[in-house]
Amino acid sequence: MEETKYNFDVVRWFTIMAVVYLVVGTLVGVYIASELAWPFLNFDIPYITFGRLRPLHTNAVIFAFGGCALFATSFYSVQRTGSTSLWSDKLAWFVFWGWNAIIVSAVITLPLGLTQAKEYAELEWPIDLAIAVVWLAWGFNFIMTIAKRKTSHIYVSNWFFMGMFVMITYLHVVNSLAIPVGLFKSYSLFSGVQDAMIQWWWGHNAVGFYLTAGFLGIMYYFVPKQANRPVFSYRLSVLHFWALMFGYVWLGAHHLQYTALPDWTGSLGAAVSLAMIIPSWGGAINGMMTLSGAWDKLRTDYILRFLIMSLAFYAMSTFEGPVMSSKTVNALSHYTDWTIGHVHSGALGWVAMVASGALYHLTEKLWNTRMYSAKLVNTHFWLATIGTVVYITAMWVSGIMQGLMWRDYDEFGTLTYTFAESVAAMHPYYVMRAIGGMIYWTGGAIMLFNVIMTVRQAVAQRGTAAAAAA
Amino acid sequence: MADKIYSTKLQDAAERNVFVLFVMLLVLLSVGGLVEIVPLFYLPDTEEYNKHPEIVWQSNGRPISVENFKVGDTITWKPGDGIRPYTALELAGRDIYEREGCYLCHSQMIRPFRDEKERYGHYSLAAESMYDHPFQWGSKRTGPDLARVGGKYSNEWHFQHLMAPRSVVPESVMPNFPWLAEQTVDGATLKKHMEGLRMIGVPYTDADIAAADKVDGVREVDALIAYLQVLGTMADIKDDVDYRE
Repeated sequence: MEETKYNFDVVRWFTIMAVVYLVVGTLVGVYIASELAWPFLNFDIPYITFGRLRPLHTNAVIFAFGGCALFATSFYSVQRTGSTSLWSDKLAWFVFWGWNAIIVSAVITLPLGLTQAKEYAELEWPIDLAIAVVWLAWGFNFIMTIAKRKTSHIYVSNWFFMGMFVMITYLHVVNSLAIPVGLFKSYSLFSGVQDAMIQWWWGHNAVGFYLTAGFLGIMYYFVPKQANRPVFSYRLSVLHFWALMFGYVWLGAHHLQYTALPDWTGSLGAAVSLAMIIPSWGGAINGMMTLSGAWDKLRTDYILRFLIMSLAFYAMSTFEGPVMSSKTVNALSHYTDWTIGHVHSGALGWVAMVASGALYHLTEKLWNTRMYSAKLVNTHFWLATIGTVVYITAMWVSGIMQGLMWRDYDEFGTLTYTFAESVAAMHPYYVMRAIGGMIYWTGGAIMLFNVIMTVRQAVAQRGTAAAAAA
Repeated sequence: MADKIYSTKLQDAAERNVFVLFVMLLVLLSVGGLVEIVPLFYLPDTEEYNKHPEIVWQSNGRPISVENFKVGDTITWKPGDGIRPYTALELAGRDIYEREGCYLCHSQMIRPFRDEKERYGHYSLAAESMYDHPFQWGSKRTGPDLARVGGKYSNEWHFQHLMAPRSVVPESVMPNFPWLAEQTVDGATLKKHMEGLRMIGVPYTDADIAAADKVDGVREVDALIAYLQVLGTMADIKDDVDYRE
């Protein structure tokens, strides 16, 4: 019945692909984590060495998994909140095929060593151009769909998706400016300190807008829907939205404290970072308190568990972030595994958990059914939670240990440890991290199985129902 | 009910008209980047050579010629003479450094701390990466910092270490890179790379670019070692000068 009103087919495909890329992206992550624990796994094969697979891992989880999750949820919620169909179904399919083609080209070029050598922006210039085109197509379709909505006000989840659209456009265009010197080789237009600042302006805001604002958009639609309660506070959502939008942009400089970046820039970034705990927690509180009066639902609704646990991780890592950006802590934490742990408490605990909850919700709604196995949803939930905790604990210990070993002096006033000794000390934690990642990956694989079985079941039932009706 | 304003007039306008919301975001989201990035291109304090011009090499139109890679007969540049663009051989090595993702585990940015000074050397200056497109400061030290690795180890050590890191550093988790000894540098491609860099401001002379021909056929590992050996050796950075007042 809803089929005539909404364009859900493209959402269905994005939903399935998001789950597939979650499994693939985290599998590559587990592999490169294992390479650091057991270097023989590089097997002297250029295409699978750590240095080439690491960009593939980050691109796969951020752009393949994250992107498909964002496109699925945004195309779905913009229709539902506006009570209208997509502005253009064709353009939405263009985004689907375009984005997947970009992912395939990343899978081919990154292991070949074709890279711009800027973190999270490694893809070479022809792919960067394709990303810009597909991204603008998504944004244009999204905005035009809002423009033709049948409701009076634009719902809060759409504000966040809009913020993400504008900022990622700025970031991608500026940070990718480069001079092509071959079909798959280019040099950044900027050099040295300016290039560093532009890169981390991109780097932190890819986190801030793609993985935070975008996923807060997901939170604002799917938490109230799954909990069947209105958002806790409208006023809070307005305040924290504008504060988050304005503030996040400034944070990149905190990645470059004590470097050759001028002190004023790093300190400015750190100061705003400290203040950002307020809008970040505003969002976390708004999401969590949406459940006030209905906390008992967590006992029975496993999908809701994902959404609420993700907000707990979000609150935790947005507390950790400002702490790490303060100069005293940063002097110790920078260059260590602590940073990797921080990223993953956000990525595994917040981004992938809130997305998993939303994708389960979508699977039930889009195929108009219940999950094949609620028990497996719960199993996935616990594997994801435990996997994340194991991972980030390993990285906290190894990161702080690295930082302390590097700066340690003995009673004669000389450095206590050689660098190689600090590498050897990391081994048990690198093993533990790989195990944590493996646990997390297992949860994702269970999700993929569960989603496929749900879809098969739903399609089979629809087939019989149609046959019975005929 | 639809006419009621639940917040401020501006907020209500943004919530009713997507284009108002869009323009508000366009303006608001540009502020932080403009304030933090644009001044870095103009403020004289950013690059240390504005106050200490001696750290940058003045070629005066001479091609870069160095000891282990001769273009002409005379050596025009020696370590300590100042920051200069990479030679064809070093640039070929740098391309390989990027291709293999070395920057993901090695930083090239020494911070002004006592332990980093003793472990790696003098803190890095912004000017030292003025010709680095893109910068390679890195964000993680799975392996040690390389900003001043030049001259610390012999070429033979580097070769052995790149072929089989654990044969010289048993604790290392670095991959072996045996293919670097089998693959060679393509001079014609390298020439295009240098021409591209010149277009975006790296002051290469015609002779510098012509030198790419001489690099043709050199083993990749030798190019990479040449790059590693020049890191941090270009400028004569003095302990008693405060470069970042």
